[in-house]
Amino acid sequence: METIWFGIVAVMVAVYVVLDGFDFGAGILHLFVAKTDDDRRTIFAAIGPVWDGNEVWLLAGGGTLFFAFPRVYAAGFSGFYLPLTMVLWLLMLRAMSIEFRSLETSHIWRRFWDTVFFVSSALMAIVLGAALGNVIRGVPLDRNGFFTGPLFTDFQVGAHPGVLDWYTVTVGLFSLSVLAMHGALFLRAKCEGPLRSGCARAASLLWVAVIILGVGSTVATQMVRPEIYQTVFSRPLGIVLVAVFAIALLGVPVFLKIGSDWAPFLASGVFILGMLAASATGLYPTLLRSTLSPANNLTIANSASGSLGLHVGFAWWIAGILLAIIYFVHLFHTFAGKVKLSDSGH
Amino acid sequence: MAMGSVGWNRFQFGFLATFHYLFPVLTMGLALLIFVLKVLADRRQDEAYDDAAKFWARIFGINFVIGVATGIPLEFQFGTNWAQFSVFSGGVIGLTLALEGMFAFFAESTFLGLFLYGQKRLGRKGHLFAAFMVFVGSWLSGYFIVATNAFMQHPVGYAVAPSGMLQLNDMWAYLLNPWAIWQYFHNMMSSVVTSCFVVCAVGAFYLLSERHREVAERSLRVGVAVGLVACVLIIFPTGDRNGKMVAQYQPAALAAMEGKFKSGDRADLAIIGQPDMRNHRLDNPIFVPAILSYLAYGSFGASVEGMDDFPSSELPDNEELLYFAYHIMAGLGTVFVLIMGIAFWKLWRRTLFRSTGMLWVFMLAFPFPYIATTMGWLTAELGRQPWVVYGLQRTDHAGSPLVSGGSILFSALGFMGMYFLMGTLFHYLIWKQIAIGPLRGGIPQNAEH
Repeated sequence: METIWFGIVAVMVAVYVVLDGFDFGAGILHLFVAKTDDDRRTIFAAIGPVWDGNEVWLLAGGGTLFFAFPRVYAAGFSGFYLPLTMVLWLLMLRAMSIEFRSLETSHIWRRFWDTVFFVSSALMAIVLGAALGNVIRGVPLDRNGFFTGPLFTDFQVGAHPGVLDWYTVTVGLFSLSVLAMHGALFLRAKCEGPLRSGCARAASLLWVAVIILGVGSTVATQMVRPEIYQTVFSRPLGIVLVAVFAIALLGVPVFLKIGSDWAPFLASGVFILGMLAASATGLYPTLLRSTLSPANNLTIANSASGSLGLHVGFAWWIAGILLAIIYFVHLFHTFAGKVKLSDSGH
Repeated sequence: MAMGSVGWNRFQFGFLATFHYLFPVLTMGLALLIFVLKVLADRRQDEAYDDAAKFWARIFGINFVIGVATGIPLEFQFGTNWAQFSVFSGGVIGLTLALEGMFAFFAESTFLGLFLYGQKRLGRKGHLFAAFMVFVGSWLSGYFIVATNAFMQHPVGYAVAPSGMLQLNDMWAYLLNPWAIWQYFHNMMSSVVTSCFVVCAVGAFYLLSERHREVAERSLRVGVAVGLVACVLIIFPTGDRNGKMVAQYQPAALAAMEGKFKSGDRADLAIIGQPDMRNHRLDNPIFVPAILSYLAYGSFGASVEGMDDFPSSELPDNEELLYFAYHIMAGLGTVFVLIMGIAFWKLWRRTLFRSTGMLWVFMLAFPFPYIATTMGWLTAELGRQPWVVYGLQRTDHAGSPLVSGGSILFSALGFMGMYFLMGTLFHYLIWKQIAIGPLRGGIPQNAEH
């Protein structure tokens, strides 16, 4: 049962990154690909009806982590106190920028919120990558199962690293490029005309950046945590996931060349899902690794909730996820097709 | 006064929760009213009801965004600021928080997108259904949060694991905690009353300024009819049962709420008076004899324990504020019934829309339900002290062990700045929407471009 919940938490976080990832990507790109106000409004209209639902995956993922592994939730959230507080500020600024931008016609008002949207989205993309970097690298968990992560120390990966060090910043930049590409592919599918071709060009360029930074992150991970690769490749599921995400990433430019609307975006979604799932496979059964001593690791064995709770929770979760899937299919189906400015509030 | 990390934790959580709740307290009730307006528009084929629904949907949308933006920090707070509480009780309360995400937030957020942006794509019935689902989602969300809070007030359905952590032992006992059920209905009725007063305030403002008569009259009609029922339900049975549960399970909180120092039977109910904690008495009090015994235990002769008979380690640590929070809530609740009662009588007599005095009262009354609900939650949360989970874990032992007071203050100051910005924007945007007013036909937002 603990293993199932490990999988549930990993999947919910990964789905969050795929879904809200394209919102962040749209935020990172919109200053560059959309020059006119109508183009900007088209981008806001593309994500307007869905971004809030996407963000809920983070809350639901956090809720499942809290429920299934309270020790990990408590250690992780209190350990990353300042960065998480800043994440909250960024998410608030992003919400305001999307919803309030088009309520006024003044170009100063809109320029202000456009910039806020860009900055908050770009920082969120970096933070998500840095968070993954921290989980892979490990944190200085003490014997009581707590740690404190200063924002930065000496930028080295030692026993007492900061939240930002050379490794996590590298992964953060990788994440920035991945989500920017993902957002470009989403907007390309939703938009028409010059906006679509601009997004396609941006996606091709970003794909090269993804490859370069991806190789860099892979090498960096090999230097920091070589054993994670041994774990991934010792598990059949890990090998399958690595193969899937590698093929999906290579598929992105191929599908772009063919000119399909949604195939490149779906490929990049599969790439992100596969990569995060492969990372989770490499970490399992550890949820949070201690840099001080393996005995302090928080694993599914020493941090899970009681068995009755996990069992009834699982039944609820199945019902909840089925409903959520129905809602999302309905939502995306209703707003399927190209964005039309006339039927949105943005 | 040294706040320490526990003090700053409480300061931050209190600030975030209080500010946040100003928005859902309106949107939960307003979701119901919008749904009622949509149904009336459909049944009576009256387009003015639809105009009213659309106007209130715009107000709802802005409130909802701020509610979402300020709600996310609260779920994070459990982990960031209250880590020991999370470790201790996550195996139980994590269930309702996870259920809230899975069952309420997904419904609410996806159908809100459909409701606000999908009017053209969904058609009439589809749009009505989206409004209904937003209502269901937000009311479910309310239940999961109140059930979580009820466990902290009156823990049931749990067992203590060998590790010392709480774990779920009886799911239905936990989900159907009697405290949760009464507190939920009390809370939801207060949310409905808040939205009714807001709807009536804007309706009254339009009538007094002789604009948007059709929408104003329909808003007032729905606001007064629903508001009167909800006002009465707040006091009886929900408020009454809440009070009796406090008397039964948190007698120390009851003593502090009522400003009761000495134990005794035939206990007097203090209507006004300021608690003097040094001399253990109320200044310039007005008492109603024996009523407290009756309200708390159903008998005029029942004995009520006073604060003097509890050890100070068992008493809530902010007795004065608890006393006033409770008295302001209860006093305002009584006034609301009077206002809504008179208004309903005038509506019945068909004189409400011409009654300038009554319209002035409505136009100015809308802040008071916000004050009353805030005071209600202050009563619940201050009354729970000094426990974070009543009788099981003390608030002093609930914080994050390694997060310093300085870090908490830093985040609290940042949140205050952020919320100041949000509050300012909110006021600007809401007043603007009220100035624009309802629009006939089309999608209102487009008129701004």
